[in-house]
Amino acid sequence: MSRTRTPVVPGWFAGEGDDFRLLGTRCSACASVFFPREDSFCRNPDCPGGELEEVPLSRRGRVWSYTDSRYRPPSPYVSDRELEWRPYALIAVELESEGLVVLGQTVPGVSVADLTVGMEVEVVPGVLNEDAETTWTTWHWRPTGVTA
Amino acid sequence: MTGDVAVLGAGMHPWGKWGRGFVEYGTVAAREALADAGLDWRQVDSIVGADTVRGGYPGYVAGATFAKALGWQGARVASVYAACASGAQAVDAARAQILSGLADVVLVVGADAAPKGFFRPAGGDRPDDPDWLRFRVLGATNPTYFGLYARRRMAVHGDTVEDFAQVKVKNAAMGALNPNARYRKRVTAEEVAASAVVADPLRLLDICATSDGAAALVLSGMEFARRHGAVDPVRIRAVSTVTPRYPRTVLDLPDIATDSAGSTVAAGPVADTFRASIARAAYEEAGIGPEDLSFAEVYDLSTALELQWYEDLGLCGEGEAAKLLREGTTALGGHIPVNVSGGLASFGEAVPAQAIAQVCELTWQLRGTAGDRQVAGARVGVTANQGLFGHGSAVIAVR
Repeated sequence: MSRTRTPVVPGWFAGEGDDFRLLGTRCSACASVFFPREDSFCRNPDCPGGELEEVPLSRRGRVWSYTDSRYRPPSPYVSDRELEWRPYALIAVELESEGLVVLGQTVPGVSVADLTVGMEVEVVPGVLNEDAETTWTTWHWRPTGVTA
Repeated sequence: MTGDVAVLGAGMHPWGKWGRGFVEYGTVAAREALADAGLDWRQVDSIVGADTVRGGYPGYVAGATFAKALGWQGARVASVYAACASGAQAVDAARAQILSGLADVVLVVGADAAPKGFFRPAGGDRPDDPDWLRFRVLGATNPTYFGLYARRRMAVHGDTVEDFAQVKVKNAAMGALNPNARYRKRVTAEEVAASAVVADPLRLLDICATSDGAAALVLSGMEFARRHGAVDPVRIRAVSTVTPRYPRTVLDLPDIATDSAGSTVAAGPVADTFRASIARAAYEEAGIGPEDLSFAEVYDLSTALELQWYEDLGLCGEGEAAKLLREGTTALGGHIPVNVSGGLASFGEAVPAQAIAQVCELTWQLRGTAGDRQVAGARVGVTANQGLFGHGSAVIAVR
């Protein structure tokens, strides 16, 4: 039986291939962008309050910083305890036009040794984990120019 | 300027992994603080507990839990939670009661019994909780955030992993002199470099452990202190517990992203980072500046974060912290010793107790009773602390 592909969090990203984007919201009054999305109220204390509209975030950004997780993170992170732990890298990415820094895992196969602060990366669809019925999807950051 | 409150007593249960409950640790610390103050528990008007999220409801209602353990005697009671800043908010609540005349003597207690390994969020599926989300979606443990900050410092300021290791070497040397510290062995730079990488570029010995421990303070009004015979007590002159200001543009725990710096409607750019604003609020309240400090106790969740605090406290300019460390300025005997207690590097974090423990160290240093780790001529000390969910604190004490 094939698994259903389900976003790990609904409404945070959408699209396939080159059309994949993180989704935030933007305040119509003050242009603040929120990720994770705010759907109720603008959090800018100087803003009179506007409508919050869904907005796709920039596809590309630059590495603000990076690290990795050499030990298995605790639950609710899901990993197969039967398998040896394989570290993954985390990148904080600066999106210039939104003025945001957004965390994410790198695509599999990219380690901290492949990264530098300031490097350009792009957002791509990824898989967080799979269980019997579901493939839980997420976003990954990938250095531009890498096609793996 | 706000009035002073007196520190009449300070007490601790030693940090470690003792395998017992937080109530016992907290009660030991409270009794020690009361004995140090020369006061009986029945003379305490109010008790403020710093909450622990471990231990179920007794942890959430820590004030009442410690009051019951010490013996119900009808005191005013409060419990506060502010993540790692819980202890400082407990001190602040006690101070507010004293300065407003609601209480003459207040007992402040924080205690924790920490789990092994990484801190993790509370159980259950809670997709509306940012702390749950960062673990579920990213597996982003606290050390990964420390790793991000450390790498950023290396890229922007040229700090090296050898600089980070020297923070541990310094703090371990001072912790070796502190009977309340959990780790009391000196550590070499080679030992730091040989420890396992936890979150690149940080190694196990760059990152603070999680510990059992408890700290308590007996605070009073200045007039009560005089009547009690404490003619020249240590005084708390400022307690800063401010929130960040929008937009917060430095990624912080447990967030997945920063605020947007791109708003077109704002009162003006935010002049300093959250950590720097915590310190500035304390300096303004105390009417002093960093040049007046004798020493500082800062929240070294990682070695690299200690360096960050040098800059946020104004001990040096931005990017100059590693230089300050290399010159020995922040070592015992230097111009502005930092973490003479041994810091979190030597204690490990006992969350609700830690910010209170920082004030205990201020108290002993300002009294001149810190033994082998005494800062000569200590007159003014500051603590600095930061926790999850927009919490942080700085306390200034003088004598």
